[in-house]
Amino acid sequence: MAQTLSEKVWDRHVVHAGNAAEPDLLYIDLHLVHEVTSPQAFEGLRLAGRGVRRPDLTVATMDHNVPTAGIDQPIADPVSRRQMEVLAENCRQFGIRLYPMGHRNQGIVHVISPELGLTQPGMTIVCGDSHTSTHGAFGALAFGMGTSEVEHVLATQTLPQRRPGTMSVVVDGELPVGVTAKDVILAVIGRIGTGGGIGHIIEYRGSAFRGLSMEGRMTVCNMSIEAGAKAGMIAPDDTTFAYLEGRPHAPSGAAWEKALDHWRSLTTDHGATFDKEVVFDASALAPHVTWGTNPGQVARLDGRVPHPDDALDAGERDSIARALSYMGLSGGEAVRSIPVDTVFIGSCTNSRIEDLRAAATVARGRKVKTGVRTLVVPGSGVVKEQAEAEGLDRIFIDAGFDWRQPGCSMCLAMNPDTLAPGERCASTSNRNFEGRQGRGGRSHLVSPAVAAATAIAGTFSAPEDLA
Amino acid sequence: MEPIHIVSGKVVPLDRSDVDTDQIIPSGWLKRVERTGFGAGLFSQWREEPGFVLNQPEHARATILLTGARFGVGSSREHAVWALLDYGFRAVIAPSFGDIFRNNSTKAGLVPVELGVEEAAELMSAIQADPDLEVVIDVERLTVEAPKIGFTAKFPIDPFTQHRLLEGLDDIGLSLAHADAIMAYEATRADWLPVT
Repeated sequence: MAQTLSEKVWDRHVVHAGNAAEPDLLYIDLHLVHEVTSPQAFEGLRLAGRGVRRPDLTVATMDHNVPTAGIDQPIADPVSRRQMEVLAENCRQFGIRLYPMGHRNQGIVHVISPELGLTQPGMTIVCGDSHTSTHGAFGALAFGMGTSEVEHVLATQTLPQRRPGTMSVVVDGELPVGVTAKDVILAVIGRIGTGGGIGHIIEYRGSAFRGLSMEGRMTVCNMSIEAGAKAGMIAPDDTTFAYLEGRPHAPSGAAWEKALDHWRSLTTDHGATFDKEVVFDASALAPHVTWGTNPGQVARLDGRVPHPDDALDAGERDSIARALSYMGLSGGEAVRSIPVDTVFIGSCTNSRIEDLRAAATVARGRKVKTGVRTLVVPGSGVVKEQAEAEGLDRIFIDAGFDWRQPGCSMCLAMNPDTLAPGERCASTSNRNFEGRQGRGGRSHLVSPAVAAATAIAGTFSAPEDLA
Repeated sequence: MEPIHIVSGKVVPLDRSDVDTDQIIPSGWLKRVERTGFGAGLFSQWREEPGFVLNQPEHARATILLTGARFGVGSSREHAVWALLDYGFRAVIAPSFGDIFRNNSTKAGLVPVELGVEEAAELMSAIQADPDLEVVIDVERLTVEAPKIGFTAKFPIDPFTQHRLLEGLDDIGLSLAHADAIMAYEATRADWLPVT
């Protein structure tokens, strides 16, 4: 029977087939661990007298809490420090490889795994982090989970899972100049909503996705969770294989050829059907900026913030009004007229080398608007090294951007990089929830190019708006 | 996890949709390495507003949270479930849930009750009119009832999860019962797959 990509990967990982009364038991090929969602899972193992079944399929790093400045100093926040010490101790005790703060391979878990070549097509990949959907860019089935499931995978290398529905998101055609992967996914979420993908695995299909680099595809799949989806996937192709070849953990020699044969089979069969389908015309897309407090509340950069009176029902009216009040907007403003206080370029959505190149291209030879605070936070030690080898750090520093050490940083404000109450931020991250980047902070999600242009202009801008 | 058959009691009406896990427990609380003590962090930003529903004395000692669509979307933090449990909630009623939150709930012993949009709205109005209205959630019959107003509705939970909730089962133990199948699967894995 004709199958979709996600069904193929799912079926190849069933250890024990379920039925109406019992879920499938899925094998997990790779488990990524970080300091925030793992301590209680390791403690659970100790209390139950259980071990880690496959430390060789498990890898850990420190990302959520790490400071992005002064990393040669002891961490000032004792609670953050303790959480990182506990991770190091757990990795020692259970024999798990750890890339700690200061190691060149340390970084955001969803940046380092692809970079090391650990993320490969057709694998099942999990992590106690919702943005695990990122790895779907390689045609892997990758999803986030809570701490109980982290413990489950550590103990068994499996997870009991009910088969989700399938959803196809097609974007065909050529993206207009200036429209990036981030704009595509923001437009998709704007249309299908934050619940549009609940209970489904999205497969992104069509020429617009085929034309994206791996970095762009990771940006798209990363935000699948913001549409509520279990996972997001893109079928692997020559772009995927070219990215993987030669990476430290990618197969080589005869193994590479065998792997390639398998990877080429990872496509949705002709005639396979999806439970849900949506189609977009790439040529109609534009740069996007979120205006509200969830990623579905998004407008075109050349558009206006909606007004509560635009709502279709009382519930929506209420939620627009609440969001506008939190965001300090009245509704109806031109997006381009809104001034920002801070610009954050980073996060598992947009902190890879291509993202930094896109921002640096805009920053080159220009100056950040006086009074605008900026942070550029590379996703990993390797991204930082590469950016510095290309001279991107100099471009940013000369333009007045603050060049930082790798980590999750201002995406979720667990380290000292936070917004103050009322502070307005153009952010390349993934969530504009209330207080996400600091209590009372106002977050607007944008692409790296728009973030950089906004830092220069001081109001939301595209690169072509700059003199 | 303790077996759960019935959750009954007063209901807090949180009439908002898209309540994400960053609201349920802000990230500053995630630095703790324990599983306990998160109740004080529950909705901690919203609780700073005196008018917030959880601050109203008539909603004290409730065991059920009733809220809008897409409750628990966003971050995978199970701390959100721990915070709700630690505060005293044993069930959340909503028209829909974030997938990861829903999963996390049933692992930790919080019952996710999905009602139709209209049923949830009817219950919301009833609770807002009478904060003392007693609601009974029966995990065996998969029903929600408010006997005083004659409200009754069914909710879905898959049979496996229902069984685990009713028996209070640790699903790691259930998966380990398939140890032979896991070993057999491992013997078939491709040799090019990466090790860390």
